[in-house]
Amino acid sequence: MSRFLIPFGIFIVVVGFLAVGLTLNPRELPSPLVGKAAPDFSLPQLHDPGKVISSNDLKGKVWLLNFWASWCGGCKDEHPVLNHLAQSGEVPIYGMDYKDRREEALAWLKEWGNPYSIVAVDEPGRVGINYGVYGVPETYVIDKAGVIRYKQIGPLREDILEKKILPLVRELQNQ
Amino acid sequence: MLMLLFPSLASAYEAQPLAANPQVEARLKVLAVELRCLVCQNQTLADSNAPLAEDLRREVREMIAKDMSDKEIIDFLVTRYGDFVLYRPPWKPTTTLLWLGPFLLLGVGATGLVVALRRRQKKLTDVTLSEAERHRVEQLLSEGANRP
Repeated sequence: MSRFLIPFGIFIVVVGFLAVGLTLNPRELPSPLVGKAAPDFSLPQLHDPGKVISSNDLKGKVWLLNFWASWCGGCKDEHPVLNHLAQSGEVPIYGMDYKDRREEALAWLKEWGNPYSIVAVDEPGRVGINYGVYGVPETYVIDKAGVIRYKQIGPLREDILEKKILPLVRELQNQ
Repeated sequence: MLMLLFPSLASAYEAQPLAANPQVEARLKVLAVELRCLVCQNQTLADSNAPLAEDLRREVREMIAKDMSDKEIIDFLVTRYGDFVLYRPPWKPTTTLLWLGPFLLLGVGATGLVVALRRRQKKLTDVTLSEAERHRVEQLLSEGANRP
């Protein structure tokens, strides 16, 4: 009997490992920046290149930082979700136009709507590197003290917003 | 990621070499094979043509030009992208199983093999035949021999 029990036991263990391992998404890496201060930036604004938007100006409120680009397909998928969130007025969304061309970015926002309070332009992608961005869209929840509290890799969806982001935002706003 | 689909777009962002400084390039080459491209996860920073890899090579080049040590450069990337950026994961409590797992499996396999071999040896040597069994064996063997 034990002749069969041992291979069967091993089989069950292997199945257990595979059941967990194969359902994980290897593209979703845990960010070491969650819980740490959001990297500072000072960048020209998309709609008004003469003006600068700096992360220091945003201290004292809870805000979302959304990395996007006009060349990015996933950004188009999540855009209705952002527009919807912006309409609710629950939390300001700041855009980071990542490695993009100004005219194309402006045209893209004109076509699909602009949910952003202000859009910063990160043309060389350096701020992206400081935030550990490796694929747009990525969205960060940043608290009043300027600490990153959550990172969403890939497009936002309504259910992620309802279950994770908005409860967190409300909790941080009440702090 | 998507820029991979549009190489014409990607090439517009290609990082220009900062300086054709062979010393910088030599150090970059050594470092870049130890670092993972976050976009094409099975490629090193040296192999990958992803725009992010281009940018990261540019950053590393600049840090080399600033005379930062290898450790400082690697720390810069690890604080942003986590240990995943390293091809050789560090020895930590969370990576113990990763490092020891193969040896553990080897140990289990070797023990299993030794046990199985011992058991077989016992079977081969310790079995004695009764008179009736010996008779039956002879009968069977001779039957076989008599066949055309």
